[in-house]
Amino acid sequence: MAPIATPFFFYLLSAMMLVGGILVITQKNAVHSALALIVTLLAQAAIYLMLYAPFVAAVQIVLYAGGIMVLFLFVIMLVNIDRSLKEKQFNSQWWVGIIAATGLGGLFVAVYTKGKNIFPERVLSVAEADNTQKVASLLYGQYMFAFEIASLLLLVAIIGAVVMAKKKI
Amino acid sequence: MTDRTTLSPLDLETPDKTFLDSNELVINMGPQHPATHGVLRVILRLDGEKVLGLECVIGYLHRGVEKIGENRTYTMFNPYVDRMDYVAAVSNGLGYCEAVEKLLSIEAPPRAQHVRVILTELNRIASHQLWLGTHALDIGAITPLFYTFRDREEILKIFEKYCGARLTTHSFRIGGLQYETYNGFEKEVKNFLNFFRPKISEYEELLTTNRIWVERTKNVGKISAEDCIALGVTGPVLRASGVKWDLRKAQPYANYKNFDFEIPTGQNGDTYDRYLVRMEEMRQAVRIIEQAVDALPEGPIMAKVPKVMKPPVGEVYHSIEAPKGELGYFIVSDGSTQPYRVRVRPPSFVNLQALDIMCRGQLVADVIAVIGTLDIVLGEVDR
Amino acid sequence: MNAFVQYIESYLTSNLTPGAAGNMFWVFVYILLVFVGLSVAVICMNWLERKILAHMQVRLGPMRVGPHGLLQPFADALKLLLKEDIMPAEADSVIFWAAPFIVVLAAFTTFVVVPFGPQHAITDMNIGILFMLGVSSLSVLGIVMAGWASNSHYPLIGALRSSAQMVSYEVAMGLAVVSAILMTSLNATGTGTLSMIGIVEAQKAQGEWFIFKFFPLGLVSFAIFAIAMVAETNRAPFDLAEAESELTAGFHTEYSGFRWSLFFLAEYSAMIAVSSIAVTLWLGGWLRPFPNLLSGPRWDTFFSYFPGATFLALAAICFFNVARMPKHPYFRIQTVGLAGFGGFLAFIGLVLFIPAVSFRVQDIFWFSAKVAAFMYLYIWYRGTFPRYRFDQLMKIGWKVLLPVGLGVLILTAGVALFQQNLWRP
Repeated sequence: MAPIATPFFFYLLSAMMLVGGILVITQKNAVHSALALIVTLLAQAAIYLMLYAPFVAAVQIVLYAGGIMVLFLFVIMLVNIDRSLKEKQFNSQWWVGIIAATGLGGLFVAVYTKGKNIFPERVLSVAEADNTQKVASLLYGQYMFAFEIASLLLLVAIIGAVVMAKKKI
Repeated sequence: MTDRTTLSPLDLETPDKTFLDSNELVINMGPQHPATHGVLRVILRLDGEKVLGLECVIGYLHRGVEKIGENRTYTMFNPYVDRMDYVAAVSNGLGYCEAVEKLLSIEAPPRAQHVRVILTELNRIASHQLWLGTHALDIGAITPLFYTFRDREEILKIFEKYCGARLTTHSFRIGGLQYETYNGFEKEVKNFLNFFRPKISEYEELLTTNRIWVERTKNVGKISAEDCIALGVTGPVLRASGVKWDLRKAQPYANYKNFDFEIPTGQNGDTYDRYLVRMEEMRQAVRIIEQAVDALPEGPIMAKVPKVMKPPVGEVYHSIEAPKGELGYFIVSDGSTQPYRVRVRPPSFVNLQALDIMCRGQLVADVIAVIGTLDIVLGEVDR
Repeated sequence: MNAFVQYIESYLTSNLTPGAAGNMFWVFVYILLVFVGLSVAVICMNWLERKILAHMQVRLGPMRVGPHGLLQPFADALKLLLKEDIMPAEADSVIFWAAPFIVVLAAFTTFVVVPFGPQHAITDMNIGILFMLGVSSLSVLGIVMAGWASNSHYPLIGALRSSAQMVSYEVAMGLAVVSAILMTSLNATGTGTLSMIGIVEAQKAQGEWFIFKFFPLGLVSFAIFAIAMVAETNRAPFDLAEAESELTAGFHTEYSGFRWSLFFLAEYSAMIAVSSIAVTLWLGGWLRPFPNLLSGPRWDTFFSYFPGATFLALAAICFFNVARMPKHPYFRIQTVGLAGFGGFLAFIGLVLFIPAVSFRVQDIFWFSAKVAAFMYLYIWYRGTFPRYRFDQLMKIGWKVLLPVGLGVLILTAGVALFQQNLWRP
């Protein structure tokens, strides 16, 4: 399948992600922030699609945009947001923020200029047709142990949440 | 019986605060709400979906019926009582006429008594049909409504043919009946009974064993027999709690003692039992009507009643078993042509008090079911 | 210009979906067709639901606007478009404005991968079914936004109810879907597929619809999906979010006019979408009955008469009713209109008898017929069942459907593994 207008869509989606990300931290209304985050996540899913990783893209939509963000919205909508609207938006941690941003920016520049040696340039050869099957065989073959550990961790988190939230079980 | 009924639910302290601030909601259900069967306003205090308490605000339909009674002669007040429980207008008329007859110490002739029983029981069926349709509609089953209305139409046709009105019939007079039955009255009533008997099974087919219906009504809006008696709750609600109390048997009026019928009772006092009790009552009503039509005697339809009614000084309380419970009339006479005081004991008004007890700890959806199962008519609650 | 015509014609010889063939022109044509077809289907559903429900409830339903109320949906649409668009004071205007569009967008986007036939889909994705589930789950966002932005208690409760319901039933739904997908792995290649077209072709290759596969495992997973999909679309008996006797109208209480009609449109397209999933996964998608047992050109020809015959039967019903119309001049316009409609249906039916046409569209016919059966079920449910309570609904989702779904999934996996490794010669 011939890629369609790849650079154009890449820049479009990246711009969406950036604008969304900035809105997440600048919006005063928490619900608006959450919606901006959803836009960001959806744009990210589209970028996964462009990278010939449809499975990851679909999972991104199902889990993050469809599942987790709905729970986020639930919580935000049930708390009183009038109070948070009046609070000061930015706390005075400018210095830490600037240092962290500079460090991250430097890393990006370094990777962009020197990256060719670390990550040799090559054409992606993953066939789209059996992408999902490849993911499955990796997940349940080579990385079986890591996968199971991750699920165990999630189970512990679920039990912990139930114990914390429920007074008597 | 605890004193929880005397507390306003809105004054209650929050029972359990968790570390998450669970926002308690106070919601106004009504007066304009599709499930409050008129203009009932219920203030609900909710924790999420759980009802912590509720308060009924009534009076939106108050017309001062009792006060009107003091300014009308005994005969003139008769049509007004039809406007209270407009779903069972015939029962209202029967109660009032019998109360005044008691005051005047006269008795309606046997033929009039029989026709009264037939019409009252037909009206009981009509009232229960309307209850069933709207109750099921509230719980989400939309189809029974149309079935019951289709069959209720046949009853209303009989009423219309008999006295010209369908809803507020004014079918009885003090001392008997105004109109003789029309030609073919017995046949039409019998035809209706034959038509209606399988229809009860048709309603039950849709609901009685329906899993969703059972789950929605079993153990919902439970009320114990003690609470019922303490609150004065009567009618099918009381009987569903296991008390075999029916004024037709306990203090026979009209000539109910001549007829053979059962009083259905329940055990759990929940919405499902009340449903079963009312369904069975419809069957029993069919039985009564059948006997009454078969034994319809010939004779006069009106007792000798003075042209100007001046009952002796005194008071009378007479109550009948209306479809919704005990409907009582307390009439004080000062010897003039107008009653000194008319007081109505409406079953809906008294039964409505049980709403709070029945709904505490239940969910919002159950409040709807319980309002439906109480079978209130706001015209009667507010009068 | 010639190159353009060639570009258009080049697709006609291929037997891929336009998306897979990468032909933009035909992709747009298909998108338009699906959009128009869906809108027509929603209009038909509107009329059919009222009519069928009415006849179940011993009444007639719409009878005034057009013969037998056929024009009623158009009258309603016109009314909704002309209605004043009310926005509550203090509502969050941006979100209030955007919410219905998100719901509609999510409902319509799912149709990108719905396979109406081996070539009749906008595109075939390697992750088709996952895409459908994912995009349809986005409509929850729109519902939550609508409920919250209305700044009113009843819509908020309605939105919380429906989103909690949709999120929980997605779990059971996903499990049922996975157990159906596992069945596709019994192909000759030995790997399963998530592609909607691949799933149907797997059923064709294995010679049975997945509802009958590993009896009764396929049936159970289908039943789980069939229950979950009713809950997912917020329809009776799981229509708590719109329980009019409790919450007036749920999350769209404050909406009116055009925006309300968008919710309506989204609800019905979501119903069609989940029914399409059920049809694709368990009922053989576009496959005609017995494609393997009754194969051969003679049977092919026989079954290709069905679409035309169906439309002729509908036309015959119309003409029958024309004959039953009252002869009073007052009814003349209605009679003529109904006859015209019957003639239109008959014309379509006759066109469908042309072999070239019928072989091209019979897949679409069988698919639509199966989906229509589900639509009838939806109406039937609504006419029959009372409404569940919220806690009961959650109990069914988490305590009944989820464990059963997990059990079926494990059993299906076991049986599939057994067949793949041990039993196969």
